Amino acid sequence: MTNTVSPLGKDLIGLEKLTADQILQILDTAEPFKEISERRIKKVPVLRGKTIVNLFFEASTRTRVSFEFAEKRLSADTVNISTSGSSLVKGETLVDTARNLEAMRIDMVVMRHGASGAARFLAERIPSTVINAGDGWHEHPTQGLLDLLTIRDHMGHLEGLKVCIVGDILHSRVARSNIYGLRTLGAEVAVCGPRTLLPSMVEELGCQFFSRIEDAIQWADVLNVLRLQLERMQSGYVPSLREYNRIWGVSSKKLEAAPRDLLILHPGPMNRGVEIDSDVADGSHSVILNQVTNGVAVRMAVLYLLAGGQLEKAEAAKRGVES
Amino acid sequence: MSDKLILKGGRVIDPSQNIDDTRDVLLVDGRVAELSSSLATHEDAQLVDCSGLVVTPGLIDVHVHLREPGGEHKETIATGAAAAAAGGFTSICAMPNTDPPIEDPAGVGFVVAEGKKAGKARVYPIGCISVGREGKRLALVGEMVEAGAVAITDDGSPVMDSGLMRLALEYAQSFGIPVADHPEDLTLSAKGHMNDGVMSSRLGLAGKPNASEDIHIVRDLMLAELTGGHIHLQHCSTRLGVEMIRQAKARGVRVTAEASPHHLVLTEEAVEGYRTEAKMNPPLRTQEDVDAVRAGLADGTLDTIATDHAPHHYDEKEAAFADAPNGIVGLETALGIILTHVVKEGLIDLATMVDRMSCQPARAFNLPGGTLAEGSPADVTVFDAEKSWTVDPSRFLSKSRNTPFTGWSLTGQPCLTIVDGRVVWSV
Repeated sequence: MTNTVSPLGKDLIGLEKLTADQILQILDTAEPFKEISERRIKKVPVLRGKTIVNLFFEASTRTRVSFEFAEKRLSADTVNISTSGSSLVKGETLVDTARNLEAMRIDMVVMRHGASGAARFLAERIPSTVINAGDGWHEHPTQGLLDLLTIRDHMGHLEGLKVCIVGDILHSRVARSNIYGLRTLGAEVAVCGPRTLLPSMVEELGCQFFSRIEDAIQWADVLNVLRLQLERMQSGYVPSLREYNRIWGVSSKKLEAAPRDLLILHPGPMNRGVEIDSDVADGSHSVILNQVTNGVAVRMAVLYLLAGGQLEKAEAAKRGVES
Repeated sequence: MSDKLILKGGRVIDPSQNIDDTRDVLLVDGRVAELSSSLATHEDAQLVDCSGLVVTPGLIDVHVHLREPGGEHKETIATGAAAAAAGGFTSICAMPNTDPPIEDPAGVGFVVAEGKKAGKARVYPIGCISVGREGKRLALVGEMVEAGAVAITDDGSPVMDSGLMRLALEYAQSFGIPVADHPEDLTLSAKGHMNDGVMSSRLGLAGKPNASEDIHIVRDLMLAELTGGHIHLQHCSTRLGVEMIRQAKARGVRVTAEASPHHLVLTEEAVEGYRTEAKMNPPLRTQEDVDAVRAGLADGTLDTIATDHAPHHYDEKEAAFADAPNGIVGLETALGIILTHVVKEGLIDLATMVDRMSCQPARAFNLPGGTLAEGSPADVTVFDAEKSWTVDPSRFLSKSRNTPFTGWSLTGQPCLTIVDGRVVWSV
């Protein structure tokens, strides 16, 4: 692959600063890449010779595995580092960890970190490409992108759609990436959940707010249901999981009142019977597993574009033709 | 032979005597001997030409962190006192949140001794309110005052127990010292890293709401009213807080209050990009709050400008926002920031600035200085109100460089700092 400048810039830190054109390029690039994962031999040489480090300071299974599949299916060489059993727990600073990796001549870092802003912090200090796999409560751009792709797959478009994000918005990087990405592509966005779990100025992010899930269901075309972390109850944001389920949990009974069929997303992992009931999660309107499948394609697209690939050449690249 | 220094031909601004005029200042043996427009010749005196410069009572900063003992990698009493002198300050008050904290006469004595040894700006220790800054029982307030403490505070760890705060305000009256409080209700703010608002919502950072500060300001005002004690409210940053202080002053409550340079000129927008040099406590707030702090400074509700000079090592600030400590250095930028962004913008005149940076701090903490009246200590600040310069942290005398003002073009710079009749710094 030629060393052209990436249409996304050096890094992918979040969706907030991306243009509609940039986001659409990623989604459109993901389309041809979807098919790679359906092949018997799931591998193309697009990132052959590139070295990628998956640097996970927080536990993650889904996102890490999804990135790793994307990297491997594009033929990159990958190394996984997680907090247990590495110098990350020995008091080494984030910068020093990154510089040491850099000194081994890597091309990209995919990082998950508990502190908001950590991805940007790293990106400003190392020349390698940094992909944010979730930073604190800030952004999780590839999750946002796979949500956008999944909604577009099923609804055919994003502009003018009404999407409501349900649950713990305050602590959610998924919520912020969804809000920014959806609004940039012309969707209307609302949030719904207990006021204790909303950022203080959520309306300033351009969102409507529904206190009650019943109102959100009347309004929305799409519900993106977020995981309620058990610790939120322990810290007193909600009095009990049972009460949360009764009031904000998405059940088929509540969905019966919807004026139209709703598309149901969930970024996983699910707490069945808390924020979402099983009959909804496993129901005909749920696209939760499509999200997971799309996650690999979207991450392939992001890796490809950040490595200097271009949308127009993605089709050829996936056929194994080097550009 | 006596030690004589003449500051000749400067614009002398001394609000304590309502002077704003061209005068010569004669300093003899550590005292102001004469202020005159036609000073007799003193052939044995050292002469400093101050024409075109402003001559004021030495600036006083009642809120600095010198980090010694325990944080010498950030600052020492000697480097902090030198930075103060370079910023035009002749006296500074050292916060007790060191390691170990300044909570007994030995600790106070250490700060006094190190300050004298440094021989730059005068260093006045402030002692803890509570043992170990734990907010449980009173520290040895009387003995600390005897050893040289000029006030008490648990700055950085606000006293959450209102009963203890009441005792402190009562007990401190026996010694005529103020109780300084960092007003913050930690139950509302302990997890926060910046102002709670639009920026925190966008950046995904936990916020400290204005209410966390307002509640303790109101509590402290009520306790001062209850006890008749003197409460000194540190680094006020909120609109409602300023208004509450204004109302309390009108009722005659004994309250003095600080405005910090950064809260006068910066909003939460400075945090954009997770800039840790814009992380401090209380946090930078909204334009509405900045406007209120500015109005409070102008009308005297906030009577004192104090920097909250909070040095941190480069490595400590070179971290993700939530992991970085609170605070910025301020001693070497305060005068330039205030002259450029407060005085030149017409909010207050030079005399009011001198009042807020010298006369009022001296009065609030019963410190010598704050005046050039004959017989008062020969602590004098001379600055060039028109000199343009660019903030370059690599030139700081402070050990630390953590400032949000890097690269700012300022107008107005200190030229000469005199403590006890001695030049401790000159440009």
